[in-house]
Amino acid sequence: MTRLEITRWPIVRSLLIHRWPQVLITSIGLAVFLLAIVAGLLGTPVGNRNFSIVIVWILWWGLLMLLAVPAFGRAWCSVCPIPAPGEWLQRGAILRPQGKGLGLNLRWPRRLRGIWLQNAAFVLLCVFSLVILTNPALTGLVLAGFLLLALLTSLTFERRSFCRYLCPVGGFIGLYSQLAPIELRVKDPAVCASHSVKSCYLGSDAGYGCPWLVYPLTLRKNNSCGLCMECLRTCTEDNIVLQLRPPGADLGETSSRRMDEAFKSLIMLGSALLYSGVMLGTWGPVKLVGSRVGTAAWFGYAGGVLGMLLIVLPGFFLLAVAVGKWWSSATSLRRTFIAQATALVPLGLSAWVAFSLAFVFASASYVFPILSDPLGLGWNLLGTGAFPWQPYGMQIVPYMQIGVLLVGLIWACRTSRQIAGEELAPGAALRLAAPVSAFSLAVTLGLIGLLVA
Amino acid sequence: MSTLTEFGHRLSWPSVSAWRPDRRLAVVMFLAGAIVLVPAPRAPAPAERIIRIAASSYQYAPAIVRVHPGDRVTLELVSTDVVHGLYLDSYDLSLSADPGQTARLSFIADRSGTFRFRCSVTCGPLHPFMIGKLVVGTNWLGWRAAGLAILAAAAGLLWVRR
Repeated sequence: MTRLEITRWPIVRSLLIHRWPQVLITSIGLAVFLLAIVAGLLGTPVGNRNFSIVIVWILWWGLLMLLAVPAFGRAWCSVCPIPAPGEWLQRGAILRPQGKGLGLNLRWPRRLRGIWLQNAAFVLLCVFSLVILTNPALTGLVLAGFLLLALLTSLTFERRSFCRYLCPVGGFIGLYSQLAPIELRVKDPAVCASHSVKSCYLGSDAGYGCPWLVYPLTLRKNNSCGLCMECLRTCTEDNIVLQLRPPGADLGETSSRRMDEAFKSLIMLGSALLYSGVMLGTWGPVKLVGSRVGTAAWFGYAGGVLGMLLIVLPGFFLLAVAVGKWWSSATSLRRTFIAQATALVPLGLSAWVAFSLAFVFASASYVFPILSDPLGLGWNLLGTGAFPWQPYGMQIVPYMQIGVLLVGLIWACRTSRQIAGEELAPGAALRLAAPVSAFSLAVTLGLIGLLVA
Repeated sequence: MSTLTEFGHRLSWPSVSAWRPDRRLAVVMFLAGAIVLVPAPRAPAPAERIIRIAASSYQYAPAIVRVHPGDRVTLELVSTDVVHGLYLDSYDLSLSADPGQTARLSFIADRSGTFRFRCSVTCGPLHPFMIGKLVVGTNWLGWRAAGLAILAAAAGLLWVRR
């Protein structure tokens, strides 16, 4: 598959090589992030009038899921403010490498590598999501907790261990970045293989060694590349490129499929289903129970969420894969389970986009008042303090949701068949992919039922 | 521009240069068109409907209201705790009710389908998720979407590159 190298355009290359545009955007993001923490902790307890809830869970979430992740993959990670203070302290610099930074610079424990911890962190957030998404003080505490955890991790472990192994958001951005029409790769592997300095991994006067602990020559998928552009800065051979590509080009990459990523796909798909039912459904009592943390009923709700994400949906998927394996005479159930879970990546992203469309378009008008009154104290700084709540595009949102879900489904079924065809003859591949596609169809019908019907 | 054109021609999936009229594509498009365009059955004759909705603690009762297309609907919103509102998606109608008071809104249900209604007056932490549904006739959009989903799954599964 061919690519279009965009780093050969001087203006793009210049913007990416220089570190200041990235630092500028990150610094603005950090200021907004700190304001969100302050507003959450000190501002009004009314969620839709508080900067923290509206900016983080409506504006940022909407831009992330509807634009940034589908179009640019991990680009958000390159300007994310959460690891910035820790990274700056760790490096002892904000722009060019200079002097010595702080921290122990330990290697991340081998047993904790992979994205299992990110999966666990995301599931934990799901269990508490109804209160986190509606309680400004709790949102402020969670954001402050992220900042503190990232800071401590940067001062203890090497490079961006927090982003790579702990961040619950980074986990799913990495998963869905496989679908993005953009990638960073080496131009000519032979050049890297013969280059003994390895400045892209070890760093140089021009930049830092890969903060994401990736040797660019080994990059086959977008998952672990934070698009920070350090390797573009440090490569002395001009052998790193940022390029456009056909969307989803990583899905056919066979070498690095893992069980933690398979579970990430299932957890994300399950949580999209769950949120569509609980948050956009009509079951008021469930919402109430989900928000009353610590009560006996809430423990039942939490158990239901955990059961859905970790047992029910993975169980049905395992059943579909097992039927397909039996029908097609595929060899290994575990390997087939992991490989076929790749088909859930486009399905999951489409589910999240469809959910976010309804949520964000209905709540977007909350942004205008909080720009004038971030703490909800009655200010009117920009004259938009009295801007009324008004849902947008409610007539077209269902059509957009259906379109997105259909694209995700057709992409998932096609991916399932193609992955099955990696090891099986066409007829057997069809028999393996058919039950998995039936699973994808059932999930899509469920989402149509919850979101549109 | 020339670079972009070159890129389009060099893509292998979906391939611009390799595209040719395909009988399978024609079949899929025909079936999709049939699913989208098949006419809905006639609805029963319109009637006058008065529906009382109680709003309290982030929920409406009944949470799902069903009427026929063309019905003249009067919603009576009663709040039993704090001030609640009701905004009806797509119809762009809203009303609010003080505790113990009944607020009324009349309209002709001239759009078929399922529409969310949601609280329009900040009523507490879960306010953005206080949601009910108005079902006007049969939700043909949902059924058509389900039909298209089955077609999409079959096309995705069977339509592989040769």
